[in-house]
Amino acid sequence: MKPAFIRVACAAYVLIFLVYLFLPLAVMTVSAFNTPAYPRALPFERFTLEWFMRLAQDDAMLYGFRNSLWIGMLVVLVAVPIGLAGAVVMQQVHPRLRSLYYVLTVAPILVPGVIIGISTVIFWREISIWAGTRNFYNGVLLTVLGQSSFISAYCMLLFTARLQRFDRALEDAAYDLGATHTQVFLQILLPYLRPAILSAAVLAFLSSFENYNTTTFAILSDQTLTTVLAGQVRQGTTPAVSALAVVIIAVTLLAMLSAELLRHRGLVWSMVRSRIGAVRSAARPAAGTIVGMQQANAVGLYGPRED
Amino acid sequence: MISVAWGHRLLLLLPFLLTAVLWGWTALDNRAAGVSRPPGFFARNGWPVGIYLLLAAGVWLVVLVALPQLSMIDMSFRHKLPINQIGGPRDTYTLENYRYFLFGSTTSTSSWNVVHLRAFAMTIISSLLITALNFIICYPIAYYLARIARGAQLRLLLVLLIAPFWVNDILRAFAFRIVFSEKGLINTALLGVGWIAQPIDFIGFNIALFAGLIYAYTLMMVFPLYNALDSVEAAQIEAARDLGAPWWHIHLFIVMPAAKAGIASGCTLVFMLATGALAAPLVLGGPSTLWFTPIVYDRFYQVFNWPQGAAYAFVLLAGCIALVITALRLLRLSLADIAR
Repeated sequence: MKPAFIRVACAAYVLIFLVYLFLPLAVMTVSAFNTPAYPRALPFERFTLEWFMRLAQDDAMLYGFRNSLWIGMLVVLVAVPIGLAGAVVMQQVHPRLRSLYYVLTVAPILVPGVIIGISTVIFWREISIWAGTRNFYNGVLLTVLGQSSFISAYCMLLFTARLQRFDRALEDAAYDLGATHTQVFLQILLPYLRPAILSAAVLAFLSSFENYNTTTFAILSDQTLTTVLAGQVRQGTTPAVSALAVVIIAVTLLAMLSAELLRHRGLVWSMVRSRIGAVRSAARPAAGTIVGMQQANAVGLYGPRED
Repeated sequence: MISVAWGHRLLLLLPFLLTAVLWGWTALDNRAAGVSRPPGFFARNGWPVGIYLLLAAGVWLVVLVALPQLSMIDMSFRHKLPINQIGGPRDTYTLENYRYFLFGSTTSTSSWNVVHLRAFAMTIISSLLITALNFIICYPIAYYLARIARGAQLRLLLVLLIAPFWVNDILRAFAFRIVFSEKGLINTALLGVGWIAQPIDFIGFNIALFAGLIYAYTLMMVFPLYNALDSVEAAQIEAARDLGAPWWHIHLFIVMPAAKAGIASGCTLVFMLATGALAAPLVLGGPSTLWFTPIVYDRFYQVFNWPQGAAYAFVLLAGCIALVITALRLLRLSLADIAR
C-alpha cells in the first residue's frame, strides 16, 4: 500500500476520532437548551433558558461551588510550594537515589484517587483521636490534604522540566557578586521559574476543581460541586446538569482565550527585551495547550518536552 | 502476637527511619568521595531555603503520602471496634477483613465470597480490555500527531484533543448517559432510521460504561504514545520502507519496539485509572454492574466497617501494582523506564 493512501486513511480516522470526542459534549450542550425535562438533544422541541434559571437557584450547587473554589485555592497554596521544593530536591538527591526518589514522588499519581481519599481520612481520624481534638477532622481540610498529595506531583513535574534548562552559571555569577543563598533563591531561581509557577497554579486549581474520586471520601459529610453533582446525577437526570456543563465549558474556553491574550502581552514584552526571546516564545504552542499537555505529560509520567 | 499499639508506632516511624538511613548513607558516600565531594545540603542551599525545601518535601512525602498509606494498611489488619475500645484488650491484629473478602464471613472459610471476588475479577479484566481497546483507538491518532501533522494543524489538533478533558468526570459520564439512554441520541437515531424496533438497553448491557471509560482516559493514552512515537528515528522507518517492509510490519516490528517504554507508560496509566474509576461506574453502571470501587465505597459509608474498607482498598491497590509489575517484567521494563 502507498503511504499516500495511509495518509488519507489516517486523516479520515482523525476526523472520526474528533467527532467521537465532541459528540457527547455537543449532545449535552444542546440538551441544556431543549425543553424536555429528561435531557435529550433530539427531537429539538423549543429553545429555553429555564434550566439555567434552575441552576442559578440551586442552593446546594452554589454551596458546593463555593467550597470547591476555596479548596482549589488552598490546594494551589499547598501544592505549588511543595512541588517546587520537590523539584529542587530532585536535582540535589544523590544520583544513586534519584530513581527511588522519582518513583516515590510520582507514585501518588498512579495510586487510584479513591485509595488516596480513604487513606487520608483514616490517617487524620487516627491523628484526631490521638490528639483528642476534632479540629483536624474537617472535610475541607482533609480534601485539601488528600488532593495536594498527588497535585503536588503534577506541579513537581512541571518545575523539574523547567529546572532542567536552568543555567547554573547565573547562580554562580550571583554568588561571585556576593549574594546570599536566600537572595539567589528569591531573585534568580524564582523569577526564572515564574512561568512554571503560573502554569502549576492553573493546573493545580483545575485538577482540584474537577476532582471527584479523592474528594468524595475526604470531604466527609461536607459537599463540593462535584459531590453535589454526583448526587444529582445518581438520583435522576435533569437538563440543569447539562446547563452546568455548558457553563463549565464556556468558562474553560474563556480561560483558554484569556491565557492566550496574556501570552501575547508577554510576547510584546519579550520583543522589547530581545528578538531571540520573542522568536522563542512565538514558537511555543498556546498556553492552554501547554497546561493541558503538561497535565497529560505529568500524568503520563513523562517530563514535559522541551519547547 | 505484637501489641497493636507498638505495631502501629513502628509502622508510623518507618518513613522517618528510612529517610534517616538514606540521609546517612548519602553523607557517608559523599565523605568517601574525598576532595571532590559535593557540598552538603545546607551548605549548598543556605539554612532558610534548606529548611523550606526539607520541610515542604518532607511533609509531602511523609505526612501526605507515606503515613496515610501505612495507616490504611495498619487499619486493614484491625478489628472493627467502638472508639472507647481502641487500644483495649480486644484491639489485636487480625486477618478477618481479608477473610471476609475471600469467604464472605469473618469466621467460616467454607464458601467463597462470590459477589465481591467476581466484581474484583471483572474490574481487573474489564480494565485490561479497556486499556487494550484504548491503545488500539489511540495509536493511529498518536502516530498522526507525531509523524504526519505539522505546524498549525498540529497545534489545532492538540487544543481539540485537550479541550474535552477540562470537563469533569461526572459531567462526562452524564453526557454518555444522555447519548446512550433509552430515549437517547443513538436509540432515537436508530429507531428513526428503522434499523431497530425496540430501544436497545445500552446501559444494562454495560456498553455505555465501556464507552464512557474508554473515552475518559483517551487523553492519558494519546500523550505518552505521542511523546514516544515522536522520538522514534524517522530514518529507521524510511530504511524499513526502502527495504520493502509492508506498513503493518513497520509498525509491529520497528515503531512499537522503539516506542515500548511510552506504550507501557500509557497503558499502565490507563489501567490504574480504569480500575480506580468511580464516577463512570456510578453514573453509567447498569443495575447489575459491579465495579470494585463502589463496593469499597459502600464498606465505608453504607456498612460503616472501616477496617474492612481499608482491607478492600489495599486488595485493590496491591492487586493492580502486582499486575502492572508483572506485565512490565514480561516486557523487560522497570518502573524507572516508564517513568522517564
